Amino acid sequence: MACVLEAPLRMSVLSEVTASSRHYVDRLFDLDPQKVLQGVIDMKNAVIGNNKQKANLIVLGAVPRLLYLLQQETSSTELRTECAVVLGSLAMGTENNVKSLLDCHIIPALLQGLLSPDLKFIEACLRCLRTIFISSVTPEDLLYTDATVISHLMALLSRSRYTQEYICQIFSHCCKGPDHQTILFNHGAVQNIAHLLVSTSYKVRMQALKCFSVLAFENPQVSMTLVNVSVDGELLPQIFVKMLQRDKPIEMQLTSAKCLTSMCRAGAIRTDDPCIVLKTLPCLVRMCSKDRLLEERVEGAETLAYLIETDVELQRMASITDHLIVMLADYFKYPSSVSAITDIKRLDHDLKHAHELRQAAFKLYASLGANDEDIRKKIIETENMMDRIVNGLSESSIKVRLAAVRCLHSLSRSVQQLRTSFQDHAVWKPLMKVLQNAPNEILVVASSTLCNLLLEFSPSKEPILESGAIELLCSLTQSENLALRVNGIWALMNMAFQAEQKIKSDILRGLSTEQLFQLLSDSDVNVLMKTLGLLRNLLSTRPHIDHIMSTHGKQIMQAVTLILEGEHNIEVKEQTLCILANIADGTTAKELIMTNDDILQKIKYYMSHSNAKLQLAAMFCISNLIWNEEEGSQERQDKLRDMGIVDILHKLSQSSDPNLCDK
Amino acid sequence: GWDKHSYGYHGDDGHSFCSSGTGQPYGPTFTTGDVIGCCVNLINNTCFYTKNGHSLGEFVFLPSQSNLYPTVGLQTPGEIVDANFGQQPFVFDIEDYMREWRAKIQSTIKRFPIGDRLGEWQAMLQNMVSSYLVHHGYCSTATAFARVTDTTIQEEQTSIKNRQRIQKLVLAGRVGEAIEATQQLYPGLLEHNPNLLFMLKCRQFVEMVNGTDSEVRCFSARSPRSQDSYPGSPSLSPRHGSSNSHLHSTGADSPTCSNGVMSTKSKQSHSKYPTLSSSSSSSSSSSPSSVNYSESNSTDSTKSQQHSSTSNQETSDSEMEMEAEHYPNGVLENSSTRIMNGTYKHEEILQTDESSMEDSCPQRQLCGGNHAATERMIQFGRELQILSEQLCREYGKNTMHKKMLQDAFSLLAYSDPWNCPVGQQLDPIQREPVCAALNSAILESQNLPKQPPLMLALGQASECLRLMARVGLGSCSFARVDDYLH
Repeated sequence: MACVLEAPLRMSVLSEVTASSRHYVDRLFDLDPQKVLQGVIDMKNAVIGNNKQKANLIVLGAVPRLLYLLQQETSSTELRTECAVVLGSLAMGTENNVKSLLDCHIIPALLQGLLSPDLKFIEACLRCLRTIFISSVTPEDLLYTDATVISHLMALLSRSRYTQEYICQIFSHCCKGPDHQTILFNHGAVQNIAHLLVSTSYKVRMQALKCFSVLAFENPQVSMTLVNVSVDGELLPQIFVKMLQRDKPIEMQLTSAKCLTSMCRAGAIRTDDPCIVLKTLPCLVRMCSKDRLLEERVEGAETLAYLIETDVELQRMASITDHLIVMLADYFKYPSSVSAITDIKRLDHDLKHAHELRQAAFKLYASLGANDEDIRKKIIETENMMDRIVNGLSESSIKVRLAAVRCLHSLSRSVQQLRTSFQDHAVWKPLMKVLQNAPNEILVVASSTLCNLLLEFSPSKEPILESGAIELLCSLTQSENLALRVNGIWALMNMAFQAEQKIKSDILRGLSTEQLFQLLSDSDVNVLMKTLGLLRNLLSTRPHIDHIMSTHGKQIMQAVTLILEGEHNIEVKEQTLCILANIADGTTAKELIMTNDDILQKIKYYMSHSNAKLQLAAMFCISNLIWNEEEGSQERQDKLRDMGIVDILHKLSQSSDPNLCDK
Repeated sequence: GWDKHSYGYHGDDGHSFCSSGTGQPYGPTFTTGDVIGCCVNLINNTCFYTKNGHSLGEFVFLPSQSNLYPTVGLQTPGEIVDANFGQQPFVFDIEDYMREWRAKIQSTIKRFPIGDRLGEWQAMLQNMVSSYLVHHGYCSTATAFARVTDTTIQEEQTSIKNRQRIQKLVLAGRVGEAIEATQQLYPGLLEHNPNLLFMLKCRQFVEMVNGTDSEVRCFSARSPRSQDSYPGSPSLSPRHGSSNSHLHSTGADSPTCSNGVMSTKSKQSHSKYPTLSSSSSSSSSSSPSSVNYSESNSTDSTKSQQHSSTSNQETSDSEMEMEAEHYPNGVLENSSTRIMNGTYKHEEILQTDESSMEDSCPQRQLCGGNHAATERMIQFGRELQILSEQLCREYGKNTMHKKMLQDAFSLLAYSDPWNCPVGQQLDPIQREPVCAALNSAILESQNLPKQPPLMLALGQASECLRLMARVGLGSCSFARVDDYLH
């Protein structure tokens, strides 16, 4: 397909240009080295700023010849340098140019060139490499294929301000993810780049700063190191704070705020440090203001969201700073109706950034409302907020959908909002839609939101059940993804709480006993706890207990025995004993315990356990079993007395208080 | 915030009030222990409050004719408020906020569209530079600049050079020669500008005290080094001969009344010129009694000068009184005796200077420490007094003149004129306004602008900023002319 498309394009280009462009290429093949040099220089002057000429020369095969000349040991340094300059110029053009250069294996050739002793040539090679690496079509991994390259680049950092600028720029564009960070860190990137932050050249300072922002991003190791590095007697955080000053270029303020944010999240700087509270946070809020470029606003909001994500004090401060919550509402107004009319270029620009703006705003709202009820209220009271979230849930862009769900999740922690705005806007509908066939990252957040919406007091509970939530949640419990399993079973647990019989049976049926057992033997304690919680919620109110135990009694008793025998923590055992206590509360279900000596022995054992909680839980079982007003209580009491439980009761009645209610 | 032209932020509901009884939801509530700040930005007429160092958000306010005053409203008796107007650092980083605005204003200036049409702007700038160079007589620089920029100079080369020469003379403190040269090159100029002439003469008198004017310099073979940096030497001056004759006449007077102590002192410092130094006294004409009187007076003042400045004040006061009497002869007589005493004192200081091997600067003596020169100076002072009276008769009283004359003569009241309340006059920098006035007068007489366009633009910019400040345009505070002068 690609060939078919490309071929006619080349033809048309060829026919048009041959005359003038071919001449330049031909001269590269001259036998006289001096004439070749002149040819390259002329070519350099011809291609500068001329994308058409660049494409022509590439089509005519100038690149392999230039690379050949560049690599040839016999070429003069001047010629090799000029070749690198022309190649750099070609790379400056379109993405297709870069692709063509990559196809000709330009990167190894240029990296080889860095070994030359000539500084001018090295700089030209680096410049070209820089241009290629910052292109989105270049895979970053090409930088890391040869381990010696990084250390050589580190060594070249001392050569000149140009090598510094280009190398830092290459690093900051090619450092994607923890693996790259670690490689650069282990090659001494921090020490080698730190002093460039005080370079006299703005470009060097800026690129070095960018390096640190990508090195430290979500990387505790780098962040913890940075905080103790000093340059000219000044610690890096102080240097970053200086770069945060309001008269510095926005790019510099924003990037240093990112560095400080990473360091704060890594725990290298305390969240109540003045450099975070009074410098970084206000700076990031300013980045969200209308005066900033759309890109800056996106980056500012995302960084701020990350900074305050886990700290309620920072969330409170951000929420009162410069009317941030109102300011963010503006993020949803792109493209504005004005931009569509006034000029098409602006519309294009706005459209391009509209998704990014929306998802950034959702993210920041999610962080702001993560913990504080007042802030959540303020967010929801912002104009059309719920409508925006609802719309966001059904956007085509995954990023926006994810951010909208995160925002909704954050707001769903508010009891009041669940009862009011969430209900008014029927949030559950789009949320259920999001849960269908969504990628895992969305499912995780959406299902935790669903957990909250299924809470007993939530008015959304009913309609969600009706729209097939049980089936969906049951399938989540089978997921490979731990978070999804937890959320699935958690939501089911919430759903079963004080639910009617039908729902409970539906859950049991949907889940199947097999799956229930599977979950009870899950390696994750959270899953186990929530499953037990589900069981406990299922086994409440007498008729329900008897009904469920009549159908699933055997399996449940097995499972309970298994857990009480297994190696589990106190909370798990307590929860299990509570289930037993619930079973003991049933009318017919009681017999399942009374006839199971093994279980009775276990209850007895836990009555004299050293942990008071377990004792208490076991006491509940006994209490339910011997409750006077029920039929057959005398027999049960006799049996238990025979087991020596009364003695234990006597002992307990002397020691602690709540047990005195028993006979 | 409820009243007209008032703005407020209420702690109980967090609302902001803008000249109205109904508030807008604005920020959080605040209470005891919170630090609340208010920042008014007069550049864009915005305002924001801060709570514990956090800006709560800008709002626009209407600029009113009346000033805004910070006010705090309290509700319950016994409430305490700490006000900080900057005596302590603010919690909110106001410096940083101002930095941003300074940068904004400066970039506005930098990016101000100049509407350049075909190099008009560049041509104008070149013209500004060129005219400035020409104005101040930087002849060869101006020529070189004109050559490089391919522009022409309005004024003729010789004219520039003439002005340059005269200016150099004034700046070197050789005002007498400068007057001479002006009269020669621009006949009638000074006659038509009696005020200028008087100013020049006053300056000449000061330079004589300083020992730099050629009329006194010629008495001393040891020429002052520091100020003499240009080739035009005193020997070129036609006045040279005539001042010599003065020297002889005063010299003849001098031996009659010599003071033993003084002569030995002068011998020590000026042993090369025994005949001249023996003398120290123009007081030949004055009565011995008056000499004695003033001598004792001066020793008193010497002592007190070292200890307190109040007595200094007294002496100058008494000097003023005497001046006010305005008996021409009497004043002159008095001042002349004081000069003598001053010299005496000065030499004493000089001696200690020399003994301590400090750098002794010979020209820091009255009239270069030369007796004949002092005589000449006294003579010149008398002439100046006469000129002043003459001008007074012709054009009426002129307080400026009186002040100038008074200041100049006051120098003689002190034993060390360089370290006295009016000693500032002796600073070479004081030559510049005189020089500029003369230069402007010459240019005006040639029908050229008396001020270079560059200075005009500068003055206009400064005036514009002052005007902005007066009408309350805040941006002027971040656009000081000085910031652009290096």
